[in-house]
Amino acid sequence: MKRVTQHALFWPATTLVLLLIASSVFNPQFLSLAWRDGHLYGSAIDILNRAAPLMVVSLGMTLVIAVRGLDISVGAVVAIAAAVAALMIGGSFSASGEVASKFPLWLALGSALAIAAACGLWNGLLVVKAGMQPIVATLILMVAGRGIAQLLTGGQIITVYYPPYFKLGNGFLAGLPVALWIAALLWAALHFLLSRTALGLFIRAIGGNPEAARVAGVRSSAITLCVYTFCGLAAGVAGLIISSNVKSADANNAGQLLELDAILAVTLGGTALTGGRFTLAGTVLGALIIQTLTSMIYSLGVPPEVNLVVKAALVFAVMLLQSPEFRALVAGSARRTGAASK
Amino acid sequence: MNTLINRRLLPLTITIALFLAMAAFGALRYDGFLSPQVFLNLLIDNAFLCVVAVGMTFVILTGGIDLSVGAVIALTTMISATLLGAGWNPYAAMAAVLVLGALFGALQGFLIQRFNLAPFIVTLAGMFLARGCCYLISTESIPINDPTYAAIAQARIPVGGGSSLTIGALIALAVVVTAMRIAHSTEFGRTVYAVGGGESSARLMGLSVGRTKIGVYLLSGLAAALGGIVMTFYMLSGYSLHAVGLELDAIAAVVIGGTLLAGGVGYVAGTLFGVLILGIIQTLIAFDGSLSSWWTKIVVGALLLLFCLLQRLFEGRTPRKP
Amino acid sequence: MSNVEPEIVLRARDITRAFPGVQALAGVDLTLRAGEVHALMGQNGAGKSTLIKVLTGVYAPDAGSIELLGRPITPASPIHAQELGLSAVHQESHLLPNLSVAENICAGRYPRRPWSRGGGIDWRETNKRARELLAGLGIVLDVTQLAGGLPAALQQLATVARAVATDARVLILDEPTSSLDADEVQALFALIRRLRDQGVAILFVTHFLDQVYEICDRMTVLRNGKFVGEYACARLDARGLVAAMVGREIANAEKPAVSHVPADAATRPPVLAAKNISRRGQLKPMDIELRSGEVLGLAGLLGSGRTELARLLFALDARDSGDIAIDGNPVRLDGPADALALEIGFCPEDRKHSGIVADLSVRENIALALQARMGLRKFLKFSDQCALAEKLVAALGVKTASIETPIGQLSGGNQQKAIIARWLATHPRVLILDEPTRGIDVAAKQELMREVLELAQGGTAVLFISAEIEEVVRVADRILVLRDRSKAGELERGCGEDAVYAMIANAPGAPA
Repeated sequence: MKRVTQHALFWPATTLVLLLIASSVFNPQFLSLAWRDGHLYGSAIDILNRAAPLMVVSLGMTLVIAVRGLDISVGAVVAIAAAVAALMIGGSFSASGEVASKFPLWLALGSALAIAAACGLWNGLLVVKAGMQPIVATLILMVAGRGIAQLLTGGQIITVYYPPYFKLGNGFLAGLPVALWIAALLWAALHFLLSRTALGLFIRAIGGNPEAARVAGVRSSAITLCVYTFCGLAAGVAGLIISSNVKSADANNAGQLLELDAILAVTLGGTALTGGRFTLAGTVLGALIIQTLTSMIYSLGVPPEVNLVVKAALVFAVMLLQSPEFRALVAGSARRTGAASK
Repeated sequence: MNTLINRRLLPLTITIALFLAMAAFGALRYDGFLSPQVFLNLLIDNAFLCVVAVGMTFVILTGGIDLSVGAVIALTTMISATLLGAGWNPYAAMAAVLVLGALFGALQGFLIQRFNLAPFIVTLAGMFLARGCCYLISTESIPINDPTYAAIAQARIPVGGGSSLTIGALIALAVVVTAMRIAHSTEFGRTVYAVGGGESSARLMGLSVGRTKIGVYLLSGLAAALGGIVMTFYMLSGYSLHAVGLELDAIAAVVIGGTLLAGGVGYVAGTLFGVLILGIIQTLIAFDGSLSSWWTKIVVGALLLLFCLLQRLFEGRTPRKP
Repeated sequence: MSNVEPEIVLRARDITRAFPGVQALAGVDLTLRAGEVHALMGQNGAGKSTLIKVLTGVYAPDAGSIELLGRPITPASPIHAQELGLSAVHQESHLLPNLSVAENICAGRYPRRPWSRGGGIDWRETNKRARELLAGLGIVLDVTQLAGGLPAALQQLATVARAVATDARVLILDEPTSSLDADEVQALFALIRRLRDQGVAILFVTHFLDQVYEICDRMTVLRNGKFVGEYACARLDARGLVAAMVGREIANAEKPAVSHVPADAATRPPVLAAKNISRRGQLKPMDIELRSGEVLGLAGLLGSGRTELARLLFALDARDSGDIAIDGNPVRLDGPADALALEIGFCPEDRKHSGIVADLSVRENIALALQARMGLRKFLKFSDQCALAEKLVAALGVKTASIETPIGQLSGGNQQKAIIARWLATHPRVLILDEPTRGIDVAAKQELMREVLELAQGGTAVLFISAEIEEVVRVADRILVLRDRSKAGELERGCGEDAVYAMIANAPGAPA
């Protein structure tokens, strides 16, 4: 039993299960699935769909945190990617009543992703080459990036009229949401890369002791740059999913607070902010926890404002449980009360 | 001796020089830029940011960070508006929110210190909590009709030549002066610098590291509450969406003011100029009239980049912490 | 010579302290007398630092008593211990680099201005007090400068000055000379003698035996947490001391190692040849050659450029000038990854900071460099990693519960062996060892030296850097002596320690 409870994923998995049970209690239809319009339908599917962009961003964030970094600019990158895609697609009604895209879809998506990756690379260069602290380096893009996104869109919300674009955020493939497929694919690719190549070991070494990894001959600079670039790319993918879902790009609000949710998902999943060991599965669980919580609150009819307070309570709870000092305190008082009652 | 002092004050000198350069640029380019009221307005419009940034300076000097200040400001405005609406005496309401702000900060500090939690995450959760409480109180804006508040909001203290300051700006100045004294002349202030210089070394020296760490977060919470009071003078309303993102502006002001995010080095006076620089950017853009306000964010980002690179160069010449 | 017994300042009796799984101290006695320098001796793990932590209030003893000037005391924390008169300078004591020297000395005890004059800290008085305190100890420097700008030795002296500023009756110095060179050690000793003459009881912990005999009057020896004995330094010689610490007689001088440099070594190009390499502020231009099967010793004082040279050869730091050639062919060396690809290995001086990745297992640490050379795609399978780790752990005698244990849990000596194992796994042609025996107990040191010789026998070119000249002389085929960041000269095997000292000191009579 002890081995089960000490497994890295025990706490996140248990929390998610408890949340699912609680949701089912309040809403008996919660876990029910139906097949409608050629795809699965139900609250659970809804959660998976909405959680997908957060999962994607959080996966990128996990690796950055693992190398002792942090990227608080992901929200701004989401906005930029969405703006670029929306501007390049737009969608105007042609004379025949069909909607055409300004640029070919693949070009628009490719550009948005390329720019997002470039943002990640920028962050990486500041951290690796200029030696800046990650919070500072990514703070710069977080502030300036949103300004750039607003500049691109002129502060307006750009609506996209091109139906093929909507598939990303709204479409279904083999019954499950496309967005979920994208997230799952990304997770699978990362898992393969990290466990079948030396990348996982190198990242853990760099995060565990950057200087020692460098002395041991690990190409730390190159790997760190790649990690930050990937995080930017992941934010770009999330931006495309989000804007596709709402069929528009809103530079003011897209991705607002997303970085905080992503960091929260990573921490809930069990990866420590101090770097080194990390868990992708934990992050996915963390993202699901956050989304389940949001949905549960909404479905309870509780005002959505409560969401933030509950997230706060959750963060405090997880943090305390992960803290050795807190666990020692609890264990100590348990022992004392146990001894006293004898 | 002189060169040593200059080296220590170099980041501060750069900040002040930049401010003067921007002022000169504005004076040359736009008519009416050099009027005293324009400069006083820098302080008037950013008084609450100034108060909060001063509190943030202490936290950053210990190597920590406080992301909850914007949310605490909003919460302060909501609670003030609610209390005043329920008929509370205005000064009692102010005292109440100040105490609440201090307690909130102290609680965060306690969790960080006692259980060795990361300040980033604790204050992040604090931000969620405070903002969430705002929404729980009301999602709508609550107007403040109390006559005392209105009088304070409209009061103008003349400083000669037809220009004037608000009470909020005076409060900000008072906070800066008090903070400078705390930082330079009290044991608490010096321990703040010590903790930033090396927490374990400071502990081995027998300094009260734990109490100081809790103290800076208490101070930051108190400053946020005071900033919230100043904002209520400015806005005369309580609203959950006040001060969204203000913590970032505060951090930017502190960094541009020459304080190292790693802790241990920096001056409160620098933060004042950091705030003034943020203010003057907005003023320059407003005077120009042709640039959209999105440029503010981009310019602030560029400035942050410049200062951080400068800090890296500066760090490269002084010895690192063990 | 006085016939009066110096008064007993501190008497600790029967101190016992256990931690989960280990009995750190079992019935230890310690007696410190006024005006006496007392050494605390023992191998790593003997209980020295635990005893110090008990005396300074970090830990409470499970049993035993402490008396200060005849009164029983129970220090509850380092601050409390300080107030009682027990000051300590720990190995990890550092000054705060961002505060002035005066502030560092007076921190927590600032003189205040009276309220009538505004209250607050009196900076003029602070500077004055610090200046006077340092002057009273024979140190003169500008107290308003930032402590971070002081050289390490002066920082150490200032740390000691702070410790005695509280009228301490007992001063505990834990490994104060680890980072000091010979001149700086003498400056510290002068300070210690001054304090001793003022009647302070001083407890001195070090593993440098010669320093013990130079400065100390008495010594207490611990072994495995038990009290072995208290001796006057004049009555127990070095051999006896080592015997007491290690528990068995160790042959004083091992047979000098046999040279195994192949006969035709001079005719082949050196494995690694560096010409004219330098780095501004760290190393002046110099040449160095490493030959296959040869152990090249690098000797010199702290600050003479030994580690700097090693880091340049391994490309950890960028060189400002010079070329490096492998087997006579010039190569680009831009970083450690390049060096690794060229089959060079480097075991750093500071294993905690630049060596081990504490959270990774022993297996992962050992496999790391080899994997780094193989690159991303060619991944060592788990079974291969295990086989590699098991083999090397057995060969080097690394004491660990299993190869999956996080390496941070191993003792210092075993961590060091594991790092050497990491480089052995890459079968390097050149291996640079920077202070491989530092902080390791006597028995483990002998094993490591034997390993070094075996390596050379296998054809590896070894660069062996150590502050202990005696080690270098014993194991090296050639000795390169550095002085003031440049080459002072070269010596052959069998030259003897004195020749090395002479060359370092540039004394007359040194071999050209």
